[in-house]
Amino acid sequence: MLRTNLTHVLSEQEHSKLLQENENVMICCGRMGPMCIPVYEVMEELENDYKNVKFADMEFDLPDAKVIRNLPDVRGFQGIPFVIYYKNGKVVKATSSIQSKDQITAILDANFGGK
Amino acid sequence: MENHFDVIIIGGGAAGLTAGIYLSRAKLSALILNEGAIGGQMVLTHEIANYPGIENISGYELARNMKAQAQKFGCVIKSNVKITEMDLRGEFKRVVVGGKDVFTSHAVIIATGGKSRTIGAIREDEFKGKGISYCATCDGDFFQDKEIIVVGGGNSAIEEAVSLTKYASKVTVVHQFDHFQALEKYVEEAKNNPKINFIMESKITEFTGAEKLESVKIQNQRTNEITEMKIDGVFIFIGYVPNTEKLNGIIQLNEREEIVVDEIMSTNVKGVYAAGDSINKRYRQVTTAVADGTIAALSAAEYVNNYKKELSLVTSD
Repeated sequence: MLRTNLTHVLSEQEHSKLLQENENVMICCGRMGPMCIPVYEVMEELENDYKNVKFADMEFDLPDAKVIRNLPDVRGFQGIPFVIYYKNGKVVKATSSIQSKDQITAILDANFGGK
Repeated sequence: MENHFDVIIIGGGAAGLTAGIYLSRAKLSALILNEGAIGGQMVLTHEIANYPGIENISGYELARNMKAQAQKFGCVIKSNVKITEMDLRGEFKRVVVGGKDVFTSHAVIIATGGKSRTIGAIREDEFKGKGISYCATCDGDFFQDKEIIVVGGGNSAIEEAVSLTKYASKVTVVHQFDHFQALEKYVEEAKNNPKINFIMESKITEFTGAEKLESVKIQNQRTNEITEMKIDGVFIFIGYVPNTEKLNGIIQLNEREEIVVDEIMSTNVKGVYAAGDSINKRYRQVTTAVADGTIAALSAAEYVNNYKKELSLVTSD
């Protein structure tokens, strides 16, 4: 399990449940590495500001993380973390590798509306 | 004043967190303002095996422990903020965050650290995470049986070139000079590895591809000839640059854009100290950053305490 304070998605079922129960979801699929940790930290900070978004993580090497690794939207991605933004269960944006707070908030604002 | 502190520390890596621990424990109010994630370059290290007293720890864990320790003593930490203005001259230092939140202090410690240097080639940013990586341990396994380039000639580049042969079928080291800066033993190991070959005195000028990186253009520095090379991935290890661009014209920097400090970590501006990877020094280690942060904190504490003493004498007069 990833050592973050985010909601952890541990299985394909949990992933599916999370998307069913929340309109706006951001999942960071990564490891505890230097490109991923800064993204988790930004998400932990934004959780308080964006009450309309469910923030979660999923360990990249879990077998069930194939629900993210095999998405058509991540074709060509060659850097972790894979960050997926879902609206009503559909992928609206996906990014590869480290992202700054500004880049993440721009995506949240554009796809889920302001905080 | 809610936004006034004895000391503002700019930067939350090893040096900044250490300064926060020392100042807060000395019962001075301290605020750490950090533009990125807490831990700085420390979190880039998967395993730290030479931190005295701790046999083995990840950079992330050490950063997390330092952060918790600083907070336990009362240090306020704000990370992922954007510093939009700094006025460090005068008795009251002023730092503006996000264009609206104003923080003041008697003293400031700058511990802004460094960041990975980028090549600056065409479309480099576009292919980040889609063929271009700055972290071999993070992304190496995406390049199983693929052909990759490692850019650089220092210890990190040559060591990572060797480690990436675990995954890649072929590793080409592209280096701008005719010799390496890496230690001879690392260069020898790389030269003896049959999967590694070298393109010297050359630079990547452009990255090309559709959905992901497909090829690079490489320019020979002597002849200026440009050749195109099909490639699956590029790992860039060309060192670090100090995060001092916002300090230009505010405090004295040297020709490498590092902050000039004296033996007590004092800059040329009264009440402003600096520590860690952003200062002029040769060895950049977690331990040296911790030492710098300690010295800067003790110096800043003395400065603030003297200031308060003088103020109370004036008031009692």
